[in-house]
Amino acid sequence: MAARVRALETILTQKGLLDPAAIDVIVETYETRVGPRNGARVVAKAWSEPEFADWLKRDATAAIASLGYTGRQGEHMQAVFNTQDQHNMVVCTLCSCYPWSVLGLPPVWYKSPPYRSRAVIDPRGVLAEFGVTLPVETKIRVWDSTAELRYLVVPLRPAGTEGWSQEKLADLVTRDSMIGTGLAKEAA
Amino acid sequence: MNGAQDLGGQMGFGPVAPEKDEPIFHAEWEKRALGVTLAAGAMGHWNIDESRHTRESLHPVDYYSSSYYEIWIKALETLLKRHGFVTQDELLVGDTLGGTAKPKRVLKAEEVPAMLARGGPCDRPVRGPARFKAGDRVRTMNFHPTGHTRLPRYARDKVGVIDAVREGFVFPDTNAHGRGENPQWVYTVVFGGREIWGEGADPTLTISIDAWESYLEPA
Repeated sequence: MAARVRALETILTQKGLLDPAAIDVIVETYETRVGPRNGARVVAKAWSEPEFADWLKRDATAAIASLGYTGRQGEHMQAVFNTQDQHNMVVCTLCSCYPWSVLGLPPVWYKSPPYRSRAVIDPRGVLAEFGVTLPVETKIRVWDSTAELRYLVVPLRPAGTEGWSQEKLADLVTRDSMIGTGLAKEAA
Repeated sequence: MNGAQDLGGQMGFGPVAPEKDEPIFHAEWEKRALGVTLAAGAMGHWNIDESRHTRESLHPVDYYSSSYYEIWIKALETLLKRHGFVTQDELLVGDTLGGTAKPKRVLKAEEVPAMLARGGPCDRPVRGPARFKAGDRVRTMNFHPTGHTRLPRYARDKVGVIDAVREGFVFPDTNAHGRGENPQWVYTVVFGGREIWGEGADPTLTISIDAWESYLEPA
């Protein structure tokens, strides 16, 4: 595959269809600037500021854009809030739709058949494979991203974090907790 | 199409394998695959729906034995051939043999940050009001189009409730095939686990999809 991609890049570059330097900038963007730290900051702010949380509920695209996170695969955002009663989990059964602007590029498992096939029919089994066991009475809502809306899960705020700064709170917000295959880390 | 991509509820793929401290890319070629795919898309000769349909049109054996970046590259080769930018012979020898269609634009490095920050919004004004409102009961269509659709098989001919009226969005089923954007209202529709999976479904489970208006009828 390495040779095949190199050949494709070479042909397109020779034909003047591709600027290899543009590829470098794309890669650098997702390696250094756009990743799950963006989403963690959104969640930490929602935990800390009720007004921001309300805004995030009503108009996630605008609320998230106010932090500077916009663009490709985050054009139309929805935030879904976990509660004591309901856990949210996001999947794209049809391809690999994922909120790039807040989480970066999706992990391999998110794009692979085991997750895409089972998240909708056996979410508790999938969660167990991530080491997560929810109370039997907790409702599970699975959001299949079949259109252009991209979902960000806002996990429950861990106990014992009262008064924490948003930067410190963001350290507890894992990527998986914002997909719904994990929970936020406990306060150490 | 009822293709390999339509995975919801399929069985036999084994456990999910989360990778601890997963790197963003697993090989150098994956970086180039991402970049080539985005840059070629930026030429503006196909839309995201045509891209998705090209990926899901891979033979199921090929689809299931390819990683996602491999799926992207295989589909990209097809798109580039279809739109006159490369030939099969060129791909076979890995070298330029002839000319190319004229691109609408070529993405330059300095344009990348703005292009990524802008993205490709798919919301469009829709003529006429939304047919459904939150709380309405709806039944999804039972259809099996040979072309592109975003109504997964597991959610066809099922009764659900409108959870939210979203916006007007480009209709993938026509847009993927060059038949226009034809924007429609999109709704989040929620189904009980039992409606989808029958007896034995997790009683605490609800599943939602985002559905274009023409996928739905009143129930």
